[in-house]
Amino acid sequence: MYTKTVEIKNSLGIHARPASMIVKTASKFKSKINISKDGIEANAKSIMGLLMLACEQGSKIIITAEGNDEKEAVEALIELINRKFDEE
Amino acid sequence: MNKVIRGIPASPGITIGKSFILLKTVFIPSEKKGTIEQELATFYKALSDTKRELTNIIKNIEKKNKEGKKLIDMQLLILQDPFFIEGVEENIRKGESASKSIFLFLNNLKENFSNIKDTYLKDRFLDIQDVGNRILGKMQGEKKILHFQEPHILFAHDLTPSDTAQLDKERCLGFVTELGGKTSHTAIMARALGIPAVVGARGILDLTNNGVEAIIDGFRGVVILEPDEDTKRSYDKRISEYQEIDKKLVDITALPATTIDGKTLDLSANIELPLEIDSAKNNGARGIGLFRTEFIYFSSDNIPDEETQFKIYDEVAEKMAPDPLIIRTLDSGGDKILRWSYLEEENPFLGWRGIRFCLDREDIFITQLRAILRASTRNNVKIMIPMVSSIQEVRRAKEILAKTKESLKKEEKNFDENLEFGVMVEVPSTALMADKIAEIVDFFSIGTNDLTQYTLAVDRTNERISHLFDHLHPSVIKLMKMTIDGGHSRGIWVGVCGEIASDILATPILVGLGVDEISITPNMVPPIKNIIRGISEKEARSITEKVLQLPTVKKIREYLRGELLVRFPYLEALLLEVENDKSN
Repeated sequence: MYTKTVEIKNSLGIHARPASMIVKTASKFKSKINISKDGIEANAKSIMGLLMLACEQGSKIIITAEGNDEKEAVEALIELINRKFDEE
Repeated sequence: MNKVIRGIPASPGITIGKSFILLKTVFIPSEKKGTIEQELATFYKALSDTKRELTNIIKNIEKKNKEGKKLIDMQLLILQDPFFIEGVEENIRKGESASKSIFLFLNNLKENFSNIKDTYLKDRFLDIQDVGNRILGKMQGEKKILHFQEPHILFAHDLTPSDTAQLDKERCLGFVTELGGKTSHTAIMARALGIPAVVGARGILDLTNNGVEAIIDGFRGVVILEPDEDTKRSYDKRISEYQEIDKKLVDITALPATTIDGKTLDLSANIELPLEIDSAKNNGARGIGLFRTEFIYFSSDNIPDEETQFKIYDEVAEKMAPDPLIIRTLDSGGDKILRWSYLEEENPFLGWRGIRFCLDREDIFITQLRAILRASTRNNVKIMIPMVSSIQEVRRAKEILAKTKESLKKEEKNFDENLEFGVMVEVPSTALMADKIAEIVDFFSIGTNDLTQYTLAVDRTNERISHLFDHLHPSVIKLMKMTIDGGHSRGIWVGVCGEIASDILATPILVGLGVDEISITPNMVPPIKNIIRGISEKEARSITEKVLQLPTVKKIREYLRGELLVRFPYLEALLLEVENDKSN
């Protein structure tokens, strides 16, 4: 299991397009990946789950992955979030 | 107490009856269910059907439309969302039907989303709901059947094609809908079934209840709720007189539309669906003066390919031959055709539509031209382009047509080399330039609905100003005269295919202005023909000269009414003014 915490930096937060990008990136990996915020968990491969987390700018999320490619998966998502989903 | 509501006349005729309200279409989850495996299979099939639909939509979205692409992209992700799929599967395993399982899942989700504070993120539930409805729509194998014991007038917000297809002809006396226009499928079905209909009667559902008595006047687009005794009596009289007229009119079906002094007009029909051909022929139409092609584009998820279009055009051409068939090329907003619902225009009627769209999307235009050309082998097909506002557009369309003919020749495909090419005159600039444009086309057909809208700057579906809309406005008559004179000065024929052609009051003017062809709703062919057969071209000319001197719609209508009643006393029933007409 591999876990990291990251802060959402883009101004609109995880809205439709970033959520789509997270799902697409997460789906490239075999590991089970969860994202949690304020104790609520969502499957990183679920667009509905991610939208429901309502991650606005400044919120901190925990990414957890479990599987053969768990480290790569978490790092790939963190990289995506840190480059603000190519928005700004 | 008369409550008078104005809408758009969609199908002629008058009827009195009790209203029945069909509530807005909502997806009601089915309680009926098969085994768990069957319900799972239903769910998976609906998912893949929806996926196919969305994939097709995204293929047709242009690169520039990033917003649209993003949204559909997200909807596609929802279809493979494990949280969603597992949630629905769980409900099915608990013993719910597939549709109920989706319904329950969405309801649950809705609650979660309603707690989100950020309004942008909160609103994303609407996108999810939209996909949910698409999936539910795909699963509606089980149809609600509209069964009624009593004869009734159907009131609805809107009717889907499957709703109208199921209607019981014997018991449904007429329709009234809040949405829709003259060419909406509801209107077309009503015309094909021959029952009166009024569409675009906004807000009418708030004013009526089940069982309330109503009168529909499909000639004028008027609905009267709770009519008082006097109104009912006068309408009863009109209905029976109308039936009398109908009987007389059957006798002239086979006769030509020739005036007393021997001038013959071509009387043809406007249609939208091949199924309307029978009604056109039975009513004595000699050809199709306007075949609208939009429905072909809207009845499929994709832009229809050449073969699909060819089959439809060829069927209609074959059924009508040797009588002429005028096919109007695509006349719709580009956003609608490309399903760019996210890029709505602020002024769609002044926007990217008709020939403007076709010239920008040559690929779509050429596909249609090829299909039409290939259907022209019986030498009875003509092409007409809509929404023309300048001669350059006509030149450009002709170039594309010539290019298309060349490539068909190379492929050794047959078509009519001499196929006539015409312009629908519906923008004032084209009417004003008619003599110049006439030099490069084979015919004109005047579309008075748009010509009136653009000349008077009135959107007739806007209830506050719809009373300002009238195709007998003197300015519209002047533009028609310019178009007809312009066409004749260059030796081409001129027709009229707008609603004015179905307005009995206007018939003497059309004859007097020298129109060569009149194209109308199939069931208006007999009454209009009867008027043409009852006047002379000479008197029609003098009536027209007088009308051209009158300054207002009111004066024109009064004068024409008087002239017609002197010659055709039986028209009293049709030309009756509705009491309290302007009270609403």
